[in-house]
Amino acid sequence: MSGTYLGMPAFPRAAALSSQDKTLRGNLRHATHTIRAKRAKAVDELADWDRLREAGAAVKNRTLRHLDHYLEQVEAAVTAAGGQVHWAADAAEANRIVTGLVQATGETEVVKVKSMATQEIGLNDALAEAGITACETDLAELIVQLGDDLPSHILVPAIHRNRSEIREIFRDRMADWGRPAPDGLTDTPAELAEAARLHLREKFLRAKVGISGANFVVAETGTLVVVESEGNGRMCLTLPETLISVVGIEKIVPAWQDLEIFLQLLPRSSTAERMNPYTSMWTGTSDDDGPRTFHLVLLDNGRTDTLADTVGRQALRCIRCSACLNVCPVYERAGGHAYGSPYPGPIGAILTPQIRGTDSELDASLPYASTLCGACYEVCPVAIDIPEVLVHLRERVAEGGEVTRRGTRVKVKPAKGHAAERAAMRASRWLLDRPGALRAGQRALSRSRRFHPKRMPGPGRAWTDSRDLPPAPAESFRDWWARTRGEGRNP
Amino acid sequence: MSSKDVVLSRVRKALADVPDDEQPQDVPVPRSYLRVHGERTAVGTVALLADNLEDYRALVHHCTGDELPGLVARLLADRGARTVVAPGGLPEGWLAMAVADGVERVPDAPDVTARRLDAVDSVVTGCAVAVAETGTLVLDAGAGQGRRRITLVPDHHICVVRVPEQVVDSVPQALEQLDPTRPLTWISGPSATSDIELDRVEGVHGPRVLEVVLLAG
Repeated sequence: MSGTYLGMPAFPRAAALSSQDKTLRGNLRHATHTIRAKRAKAVDELADWDRLREAGAAVKNRTLRHLDHYLEQVEAAVTAAGGQVHWAADAAEANRIVTGLVQATGETEVVKVKSMATQEIGLNDALAEAGITACETDLAELIVQLGDDLPSHILVPAIHRNRSEIREIFRDRMADWGRPAPDGLTDTPAELAEAARLHLREKFLRAKVGISGANFVVAETGTLVVVESEGNGRMCLTLPETLISVVGIEKIVPAWQDLEIFLQLLPRSSTAERMNPYTSMWTGTSDDDGPRTFHLVLLDNGRTDTLADTVGRQALRCIRCSACLNVCPVYERAGGHAYGSPYPGPIGAILTPQIRGTDSELDASLPYASTLCGACYEVCPVAIDIPEVLVHLRERVAEGGEVTRRGTRVKVKPAKGHAAERAAMRASRWLLDRPGALRAGQRALSRSRRFHPKRMPGPGRAWTDSRDLPPAPAESFRDWWARTRGEGRNP
Repeated sequence: MSSKDVVLSRVRKALADVPDDEQPQDVPVPRSYLRVHGERTAVGTVALLADNLEDYRALVHHCTGDELPGLVARLLADRGARTVVAPGGLPEGWLAMAVADGVERVPDAPDVTARRLDAVDSVVTGCAVAVAETGTLVLDAGAGQGRRRITLVPDHHICVVRVPEQVVDSVPQALEQLDPTRPLTWISGPSATSDIELDRVEGVHGPRVLEVVLLAG
């Protein structure tokens, strides 16, 4: 990947550019609206959805409150099953470990399963510096890699590209990486998928090293779980001789039984399916089936700093389903790149400033990239109160205070008069200048009224100590005006 | 200090708010969610499995033990398959008629490389358990299922499910029956992608045709 998030402008400036891009906005609108309706249908099939959601949040809370215990349990179980466990305090250390492991095999090409953790640490660039080519094998990651582009969505990293753009990328770039695109390639999705199948098959068959992340790690058994659709994951997890999995320390679930919750919550929230086409589960190594060598790299990289914040900690419950992106009026208009990290949308706006800190103008502006409409909280399968954390982080940017950075308590200064404050103000202005985003946000606020707390989160708590928070109106003023005075037209 | 010590000490410092005597099981996990969604008979459960498999574009067939060899032979012939992978422990009879018709039987063995599998047309396996509510087959590398790669590289997979005994209603019931120490593959329809405009397209890297035979009696 030649693209980089480094040095990206703060959210409002990036969003001001991206929201002018008509193709991008059309692509995002089409994709997010398609998946929203499907998700709602898949969720409605389960009468106990709210109870599953409550259980999912509780299991993750149990894990996080006793993370040291579960990390040691994971290490013991994976080691007992024939795997080797490595610990990485930050991105640089994780990259060093993985690079060393690949070099020890003597290979210069690896195949990769789509993984947010390896995106976050910039693993492909680190491998490239060591002369190792990392081939992305997820269709969307392949589109991003061939296009020298950056991912813009957690589930569908190439969501900003439509089918004709994808055809162009395949036609122009596939030959540089291996088997060229077939002659006369059209832009039908089936033909594009076939072109990817042919291009990648040769790489799978010769691969000696596979690199993955994991959706879940079961502490009591040492089992890793990868949830996918295309079969590229299965290829990378079973054909190579060596498998290296880079996994954030928050991906643990305590017990085998806990998977019954997440295997129901995740597919319906992410691809809106009863079940995704393929799920792989493996525990260490097995005789004659799959890789003979298995390495698990446990990654901190800011997660323990996030854990130290008792309000922000809940962001670590995230199972990376991307439902919050798909319902967010700000994401729909700004696109994923404006968030300047592999984690875009509402979850990115609370995760990135916590794992990276709010020193940069970009990261300080992220908590402001929201209308606080609450739609993200409503769809979150592990009930992360994203608006609560956004308000909490805004307070930190504006007022300063104690935070944990790389394991040490430090005081951050208020952003007043700083570049960070200017960026934050611009983010708010960007929203107020976008009646569409604001209107959609207000409508979502009305629709999600039953989920609203009676008391305000964060700095507003004192105000609501003796008062109830006024309920959100069933209809926004804009909608009421349009209905009663606007002759049926939208303003 | 090793990196393990660094990470663990950061975790412990971060959790200063958690009381020292709190145990993991002290954090309540309400498990009031349903074990099964809806009530149905064994026949109803098999019917739901068939419906959900078809909904995700698997091709579903029903047969008895006597009919199975003929059905497998016909399904292979319909795809023009000349070679078929047979995992260890697959009942001999299942492929008898296909072999008699001239289909070459390729036994699954450690020396059968991925490249060799890429040249094989089809694979026939059993499964460990099937989940009706989600239309899912789970393979655990046991008898009649083979290594994970044999149901991945060939483009055509025929999976035989003994009904009703191998079918459970729900995901919680399936996990209860499975052994986490075995390599597990959960399959719900042929491989698919939603990566182009979030529209589902069947057929990427795994078998593009998944046929499920529901074997009764």
